[in-house]
Amino acid sequence: MVTRIFKKLYLYLVFLFLYAPIIVLVIYSFNDSKSRGHWGGFTLKWYAALFQDREIAQAVYHTVLIAIISSVVATVIGTAAAIGIQNMKKIKRTIILNLSYLPVLNPDIVTGVSLMILFIFMKTFTGVGLGFTTMLLSHITFNIPYVILSVLPKLKQLDRNLYEAALDLGAKPGYALRKVIIPEIMPGIVTGFLLAFTLSIDDFVISFFTTGSGVSNLSIYIYSMARRGINPKINALSTIMFVLVLILLIIVNLRLSKDKENTKDLKVNSSLRRRGELNGKSY
Amino acid sequence: MKRTWYAYPYVVWLLIFIVVPLLLIVYYAFTEITDEGVRFTLNNIIRLRDPIYLRVFLRSVWLALISTIACLLIGYPVALILASKEYRKKRILALFFVIPMWINFLVRTYAWMTLLEKNSAINVILNFLKLPPLNILYTDQAVVLGMVYNFLPFMVLPIYSVLVKLDKSIIEAAEDLGANYFIILRKIIIPLSLPGVMSGITMVFMPAITTFVISRLLGGGHYTLIGNLIEQQFIFTGDWNFGSALSFVLMIIILLSMLIMRKYDKDYEGGGAIW
Repeated sequence: MVTRIFKKLYLYLVFLFLYAPIIVLVIYSFNDSKSRGHWGGFTLKWYAALFQDREIAQAVYHTVLIAIISSVVATVIGTAAAIGIQNMKKIKRTIILNLSYLPVLNPDIVTGVSLMILFIFMKTFTGVGLGFTTMLLSHITFNIPYVILSVLPKLKQLDRNLYEAALDLGAKPGYALRKVIIPEIMPGIVTGFLLAFTLSIDDFVISFFTTGSGVSNLSIYIYSMARRGINPKINALSTIMFVLVLILLIIVNLRLSKDKENTKDLKVNSSLRRRGELNGKSY
Repeated sequence: MKRTWYAYPYVVWLLIFIVVPLLLIVYYAFTEITDEGVRFTLNNIIRLRDPIYLRVFLRSVWLALISTIACLLIGYPVALILASKEYRKKRILALFFVIPMWINFLVRTYAWMTLLEKNSAINVILNFLKLPPLNILYTDQAVVLGMVYNFLPFMVLPIYSVLVKLDKSIIEAAEDLGANYFIILRKIIIPLSLPGVMSGITMVFMPAITTFVISRLLGGGHYTLIGNLIEQQFIFTGDWNFGSALSFVLMIIILLSMLIMRKYDKDYEGGGAIW
């Protein structure tokens, strides 16, 4: 009995540690007084200020646009790559997979600066300076490996005979791919897409190094504001982002509880994903 | 089905955006620009032996180490409790543990700025209780706190997933043979959960040693951690050669420790044979 109370107490203490900062942040976002020492009454003025801020609107626009484009492109390239890799000879497959793990295992900061060097280096040939395009290319780059890692296990489970049966019955290879293989690996593709989307929305380090002046996403915006100290507008922005994440999580969990198979897959691969976001969905 | 060509667009992408950038890092790390042009050098690497930079390195390792140990000490009991009989059914609790991880990393770190500053809620409460105020914002303690806060779930989840899969009959057998809880913990649960502990340590230590955001927002001064030093070289100083040398060394440290950790991580499965 004593140990049970102790267990509960410990757990709640850790939860307090995890949630207290967020809750305080949310409360402050409604605080009328700029000094955070005392409560100056309820206000929505920080939210009003937030919605009038053109810079924030731009940052949101960039974040969402890059997340959508990069996750769609990464899903297409990654899924095709997974199908190709699956059929490769062992040596080639091992080499490509190991290279694919590099951006997953490498510190983000190293990936970020290496891409930054590349883009500045290439500017002399392409004329494209650091900015929206380079940030988008970087996001596609770090997203593709996660799509491949989500699709490959599904391909391994795939019964080879299915595809051959389709060919025997007169399907053209392209038709068999569309009608047999793609539907079978669809859960993996969707997982990869969602993962890519969330990683892109959430990324700071790589974006920070690969963007140019004037183009920032939400993370970069918060960083540049927070460096100058505390700002109630960030509190309001953070609160909105927190609520959106909660809603998204509820939707994703409802979806995943329907798709048990998928959940199991996520768990198996969880140790691979140092970014950990993926772990989230599997519990 | 011979469709290897499906992977070709990716292979091209891989070469341009993953392989070439890393080669550029190596190139810049080992060259310098002199009057006669670019030449091979080890000077950038040797420059790391300068006490100023050496101190930054040691400090990064030290703070990451403390954070990792703190995460392990706080996180292991959490995983143990969450995986224990009375909480196993309550999946929702484990989910609560994960939600903070979904919040933007910068928001999480920024939240501690509001909590630690002079007029914060914590200090109002401490003041009310007639206790001395907590003034740790812009110190190393705040950095460690930020790391522990951000990376604690990375420690708990791998350990939790190993503990949940643990064969209950082994523990029951030990109980039948008269072992008390502490013996079971020491002789069975802890040794069997080591793979989870190892991946937990990796998942906390790696981001902790490479971060520059936490130290910039919660720590003081400019040269706090390796990450800040790299940021400094590329964003402000523009010394790509030295910045690349730093990145190169950091990359080697990370990949080597990954390699060592993988040997312990039996859960690991994937296409990789090297990593």
